[in-house]
Amino acid sequence: MAVKLPIYMDYHATTPTDPRVVEAMLPYFTQHFGNAASRNHPFGWEAEEAVDKARKQVADLIGANAKEIVFTSGATESDNLAIKGVAEMYREKGNHIITCVTEHKAVIDTCKRLEKDGYRVTYLPVQKDGRISLDGLRAAITDKTILISIMTANNEIGVIQPIAEIGTIAKEKGILFHTDAVQAVGKVPFNVNDLKVDMASISAHKMYGPKGVGALYVRRRNPRVLLAPQIDGGGHERGMRSGTLNVAGIVGFGKAAELCRLEMAADTARLSALRDRLNARLHKGLDEIYINGSVEHRLPHNLNISFAYVEGESLLMGINDVAVSSGSACTSASLEPSYVLKALGAGDDLAHSSIRFGLGRWSTEEEVDYVADKLTSVVTRLREMSPLYELAKEGVDLSTMQWQTEGQH
Amino acid sequence: MAYSNKVIDHYENPRNVGSLPKEDPNVGTGLVGAPECGDVMKLQVKVNPSTGVIDDAKFKTFGCGSAIASSSLATEWLKGKTVDEALAIKNTDIVTELSLPPVKIHCSVLAEDAIKAAIADYKKKQDTSVGKSADTHAQPTA
Repeated sequence: MAVKLPIYMDYHATTPTDPRVVEAMLPYFTQHFGNAASRNHPFGWEAEEAVDKARKQVADLIGANAKEIVFTSGATESDNLAIKGVAEMYREKGNHIITCVTEHKAVIDTCKRLEKDGYRVTYLPVQKDGRISLDGLRAAITDKTILISIMTANNEIGVIQPIAEIGTIAKEKGILFHTDAVQAVGKVPFNVNDLKVDMASISAHKMYGPKGVGALYVRRRNPRVLLAPQIDGGGHERGMRSGTLNVAGIVGFGKAAELCRLEMAADTARLSALRDRLNARLHKGLDEIYINGSVEHRLPHNLNISFAYVEGESLLMGINDVAVSSGSACTSASLEPSYVLKALGAGDDLAHSSIRFGLGRWSTEEEVDYVADKLTSVVTRLREMSPLYELAKEGVDLSTMQWQTEGQH
Repeated sequence: MAYSNKVIDHYENPRNVGSLPKEDPNVGTGLVGAPECGDVMKLQVKVNPSTGVIDDAKFKTFGCGSAIASSSLATEWLKGKTVDEALAIKNTDIVTELSLPPVKIHCSVLAEDAIKAAIADYKKKQDTSVGKSADTHAQPTA
């Protein structure tokens, strides 16, 4: 059977909404359209009931209590609320925040904003495998540290941080711990109590739910986390996030969470087998390709590979019937490659040569084989026209060469 | 990113990919850019010593589609031009021909740099061989 093109292999960017989720949502646009905050008529009661059910479904996925789920517009808002909300609420206790260089921009830029407001932020480096050093974390903690924010799984390289260990350290020191868990929740087991997480950002559209809805898990006991709201208004979501609830979106989020909980084990087994197949087939066809980040501590559906001597954007152009992402951003004056890959210390040239593959619920073996074979032929062709490949084959050590960058930089 | 049809054509059917013998005194080699910037171009010209006309041009490029297209186009334009005519090629001519968007102008700049570097290398070799008896410019270009 011929494979259907184009192929979507960018599930870290977003996922299609599962048809079962869409089905669950539909009545909440027209039939049950009430405002969940309307307390005095059945339209409102219906909506509130639907939201409560979804709240429980989301909570069940992460081992939380339904009361600990604050619905937001998405994970960017959740990250902002967690970090700014803690910073503002605990200002008297301290002004120091610890995060990491490979965090999502929603965390990094929020921390940068706080630095302008007088907070001090430590951006922990990562080791070659993409994980932070726990000793480094311990050393960074001061008596002014109020928050540690470390993502569960990275959106580019899929590397999973030692969350339970970080949670333990945070708890020992009495510091709040937030994790951006967007890429991990629904894909790998994630339990807020096992991991000792105080706050976690989640997004529906990364787990086969709709866009525009997310949540922040906020611990209510041991300790009870207090957040200064960042959006003022009607006092929805226990006063932490005002704004009329996106009922249909929340219903979809709940359904998506339930499906992930029930199907995670099967999805994980299938996707990690597909991912390994993709990796093996690429390695069979090509030499000098390198996996970025830890293979062991990694999301089952992620593969991020650098194809040495070939630039990522030209690679994407050669596989234009396949949707993937490149760590190369040859679109700005600075030509900066991915800051995540740079942080691994692999060298900018390899960062420019990288492709991120994200597999998902509808990925097939045929698609994986098609993508691997197509990439093999495109990389081979581009290497034939790569001066770097030619030099390397002549035995020149590229890292010691003097490069002329006339007119640039 | 939307590429112009001409960029796509050069990317899919690059003209004059390959290498000329860089020790040949009539061959000039330009290698510009840097891997960490995501662009490296190698451009070579072979000049007919009696006419001063570029008989052959080859390139190899590590870079995005626009960088590949810019260097491919440059080799097309170089063939049949004299060395002085070649030096008159401006990056803006490449931008216009390939309809490069503003974020890709650096690709055309690099192609112009590569042309200039190749011709400078050729001229240096000529000076070296002409002036060999006088023992000036005796440094190999390595």
